[in-house]
Amino acid sequence: MAGVAVSTTINGDHVEYLCQPDETLLEVLRDRLGLTGAKEGCGTGDCGACSVIVDNRLVCSCLVLGAEAEGRQVETIEGMAHGDRLHPLQQKFLEHAALQCGICTPGFLIAAKDLLAKNPDPTEEEIRFGLAGNLCRCTGYDKIVRAVQDAASVMRG
Amino acid sequence: MNFDPRLTNRSFTSVGTRPIRPDGIDKVTGRARYGADFNMAGQLVGRVLRSPHAHAVIRGIDTAKAEALPGVKAVITAADLPDLTNGDGALYDILDNCIARKKALYDGHAVAAVAAIDARTARQALKLIEVDYEVLPHVTDVDEAFQHGAPLINEAIFTEGLEEKPVKPSNVHKRTQYGHGDIHKGFSEADFVIERSFRTEQTHQGYIEPHACVASVSSDGMAELWVCTQGPFVYRQHCAQLLGMEASKLRVTSSEIGGGFGGKTHVWAEPVALALSRKAGRPVKLVMTRDEVFRASGPTSATSIDIKIGARKDGTITAAEATLRYSCGPYAGMWAEVGAMTAFACYRLDNVRTVGFEVLVNRPKTAAYRAPSAPMAAFAVESTIDELAGKVGMDAVDFRIKNAAQEGTRASYGPVYGPIGIGPTLEAVKNHPHMQAPLKKNQGRGMACGFWFNFGGQTCVDLNIGMDGSVSLAVGTVDVGGSRASLSLVAAEELGIDYAQVKAIVADTSSLGYNDMTDGSRGTFSSSMATISAARNAIKVLRERAAQMWDIPADDVVWEKGHALAKGEKYGNLSPLSLKEIAAQSGTTGGPIAGHSELVADGAGVSFATHICDIEVDPETGATRVLRYTVVQDAGKAVHPTYVEGQYQGGAAQGIGWALNEEYIYGKDGRLQNAGFLDYRIPVCSDLPMIDTQILEIPNPNHPYGIRGVGETSIVPPLAAIANAVSNAVGVRMTHIPMSPPRILAALEASTSAQKSESIFGKHDA
Ligand code: FES
Ligand code: FES
Repeated sequence: MAGVAVSTTINGDHVEYLCQPDETLLEVLRDRLGLTGAKEGCGTGDCGACSVIVDNRLVCSCLVLGAEAEGRQVETIEGMAHGDRLHPLQQKFLEHAALQCGICTPGFLIAAKDLLAKNPDPTEEEIRFGLAGNLCRCTGYDKIVRAVQDAASVMRG
Repeated sequence: MNFDPRLTNRSFTSVGTRPIRPDGIDKVTGRARYGADFNMAGQLVGRVLRSPHAHAVIRGIDTAKAEALPGVKAVITAADLPDLTNGDGALYDILDNCIARKKALYDGHAVAAVAAIDARTARQALKLIEVDYEVLPHVTDVDEAFQHGAPLINEAIFTEGLEEKPVKPSNVHKRTQYGHGDIHKGFSEADFVIERSFRTEQTHQGYIEPHACVASVSSDGMAELWVCTQGPFVYRQHCAQLLGMEASKLRVTSSEIGGGFGGKTHVWAEPVALALSRKAGRPVKLVMTRDEVFRASGPTSATSIDIKIGARKDGTITAAEATLRYSCGPYAGMWAEVGAMTAFACYRLDNVRTVGFEVLVNRPKTAAYRAPSAPMAAFAVESTIDELAGKVGMDAVDFRIKNAAQEGTRASYGPVYGPIGIGPTLEAVKNHPHMQAPLKKNQGRGMACGFWFNFGGQTCVDLNIGMDGSVSLAVGTVDVGGSRASLSLVAAEELGIDYAQVKAIVADTSSLGYNDMTDGSRGTFSSSMATISAARNAIKVLRERAAQMWDIPADDVVWEKGHALAKGEKYGNLSPLSLKEIAAQSGTTGGPIAGHSELVADGAGVSFATHICDIEVDPETGATRVLRYTVVQDAGKAVHPTYVEGQYQGGAAQGIGWALNEEYIYGKDGRLQNAGFLDYRIPVCSDLPMIDTQILEIPNPNHPYGIRGVGETSIVPPLAAIANAVSNAVGVRMTHIPMSPPRILAALEASTSAQKSESIFGKHDA
C-alpha cells in the first residue's frame, strides 16, 4: 500500500511523515515519531489514554487517522511543559498524588487542559463529567478531581 | 538473618511525610516508559492467533501459507514450545495456557503466533493459519460445571481432598476445609439462624495498560525481556524453564507498569514472544489488544457461595458455615481455598467450618485480583451478618463489634491473632459522622468489614552510597503505586538524611538477587524491611570509616541523625562527621560504601478494613448512584499517607465497579460477549463521589517501623457494603453481584409479587 505524505504541526514544530492510509494518529505518534506519551489502552475510543488535542479539540488519537492530521495543529503530552517548567496541571497532579501507575496520566492531563481551556472555573460535577471519557483504574478519581480543582484555581490566578 | 525485625519505639522524621514521588516528573511529561513504549533495532511485530471456541480439540494446524507470506519471519505453535516442565503440574498449566497443546479450553486461548515485519503483515498471516478444530461441548457457568454430567474439561482432574479418591474425573479440582469447634452443636445453641446463597460474576482487574513485552533471544542463547510485570524474577524463572534456558541467561527488565492488581503476576504471552524471537532470530514486540486482555489474561473467579450463621438472642454468634465454589478457568486453582480461609476471618467464633471447591470452567485461567477471593466471600458473609443483626434486633455495627476477632482470637483459618485492627476500625466507623448523616427516600446506608492476610516473602535490596553522599537504593519489588517514594523515605529515615538525597530504582533481574513479586501487599512491607536492614549494614560501615578517619575504635562511634559521633568525653574535640563527609573519603578508607540485605520478610501483619457506603436506587429503572463512601483501614505505620489513601480509594473504586456493574458475559456459544471497555464498563469519574479515608495506625509488631501492607484490603468490603446499602434502600436482600439495574429491578419485582401472593394466600412462616 502506498503511503500518504502528511505535513502537520505537532507541539508547535513542523513535522512531515509518511503513513499508511489506515494507520491511526496514535500509531503514527508512537511508532513513527517516537512520541510514546499517548498510550493505547483500548484502541476503540473507550479509555482516553491516547487523548491529544487537534485544532483545539480533544480527540482520541486511536480514532483519528494519521492522514487526517494534514495541515492541523496537534498537541500531545510531550508539549505540555515549557522546557523544565511544568504546566500547573502537571504540578498539581504531582502534589496531589493524582497518579499511581501513571498510565492514564497523559490522557487525563490533556483532557483536563482542554476542559479548563473551555471552562476555567468548573464545579466538581463539571470536572467529573468533563473527564468521564478517561479511565483510571488506580486512583478512584478522588485525587485527580482535587488536582484539577487546585490547578484551575492556580491558573485563574 | 543478622537483623532484628521487631518493632522499636521511635519517632519519625521522614516516614509519615508526603513528598513528591521520584518517578513523578517522567509520568506527568509522558517520558515514563511502559511495556509498549520500548523498541529494539530490527524488532518484529508479534501477534497471537486465538481460539474462537470455548472447548475444542485441535486436530491440526497448517501454518504453510502464513509462513510463505512475504514479511513473515516466524510462525510458532505448541510444537515450538515443547513440554520441559518435568512433571510440574502448575508449570504445565502455565505452558498450556500460553499456547494450547491438544485442546483449546476457552474462547481466546492462544493456538499459534507469528512474527512479521509490521502489524499489518502479522494480522494477514494470522488469517492464513488453518486450524482444524473438533468442537466439544463446553461449560462456562460455575454452578453448571459443578454438576454431575457437565461437559468434562480436563480428563486428568480427579477431585483432591475427598475422603475417598474418586474413580471418575470431574470439573472439581479440589475440596478444602477450614475451621474449628462443632458447628452442629453451635447451631443447636442458636436462637436465630440465617441461611442464604449468593453469586458473584467474574470480573477483570481492568488495568489500563495491556500486557506488552519485547523479547530478544540471541544465537548464543542469551536473552532479554522487557515487560510490564509485577514480578520480573518470577517471569524470568517461568520463561527460562519453559524455554529450557538457564535463568541467569535471561535478563528481565520490568518497565513502568500501567496497573496490575494481580493480573500481571502470570506469564501469558512472554514465553510466546521469546519463542518467536528464538525462531526468527530477531527481537519481537508483542502487545495484547484490549480484546485479548479480556479474553485471554486472568480475570478473577465467578463464585457461588452458601452461608449459614446462627446467633443467640444476646447477639453472640454460635456457629458459622460457608460452602464456596470458585471458578478457576480450565486449570487447577486455589481460589476457593483462599475464599474459605478469609470468609470468617473478621470474627471470634467457637464453631466455624468453611469448605471450598475449585471448579473448572471454559473461561480464561483465573489470576489474582487484589486480595484474591476475599471480596466474594466477604460479600456473602457480611450480607448474612447484616441480616442476622436485624433478626437479633441489634445495630449492624454493634453486632459486629460484639463478635469481632481480637488479639488472641484463633482465626477461622488457623493462626492466633496478635494485635489487630478489626475492633478499632469498627469503633471508628461507629463514631464516624458519616453514620449519623441523614438519608432521603430511596437511599440506603450499608457497612461491611474485610480482611486480608498480607504477605512478606523473599526480598533483597542494595543500598549504595556515592562519593558525593547521595544514596541509590536498588529494589526488586516492582513499584505499582508509589513504593519508590515510600522506600526512599524509609532509607532516609534509617540513615538520618534527607529524602531528596535518596534515589530508589527498580533493578533488573541481572542486577539484584531474587525477589518475589509485588503481590500480597508486600511491596512496601517487605522491601522496607530489607531497606532498613541494608541501611543498618551501611551504617555499620559508615561508623567504621569514621573511626578510621578519627583513628579511634569503631565501638566508640555511634550513628545519629545522619552523622557519626565519637562517644565519650575523651573525644570532646571531634566534631561529628556527616554521611557526606565520610562518603567523600571512601576512596582512601576502604572503597565504596554500601549496605546489602537479603531476607525473607516474615510477619506481614494481617489487615482489616471497615467501609461505609450510601446508595440511592431509582425504583423505576433499578439504576444506582453512590452518594457517599468512607474507608477506614489499619495501615500499621503509614509511610507515605497520601499513597496509602490512594490505595484505599483505588480499591474502593474497583469494588464499587464490581458491586454495581462489571461482569464477564458469556453467550450460549461460550464466547465472551463484552471484551471491551464499552461493554465491560468500569467506573468513570462521573460515577463516583469523593472517597473519604481514615487511616488507623496499629503498629505491626513484626516490623521495625510497624508497617503493614495496605494495597489489597480496600477491595474486600465494598461488595458487601454496597449490597447492604442497596438492600437497606429497597428493602430486599440482594444476593447476586453485580447489582446491575436489571438485577435490582428483578429483585424488586420478585419481592412485590411475593408480597402479593402472601397477601392473597396468607403469610406462611418459613
Ligand atoms: S486507546 Fe484511544 S481511547 Fe483507548
Ligand atoms: S493511575 Fe493507574 S490507571 Fe490511573
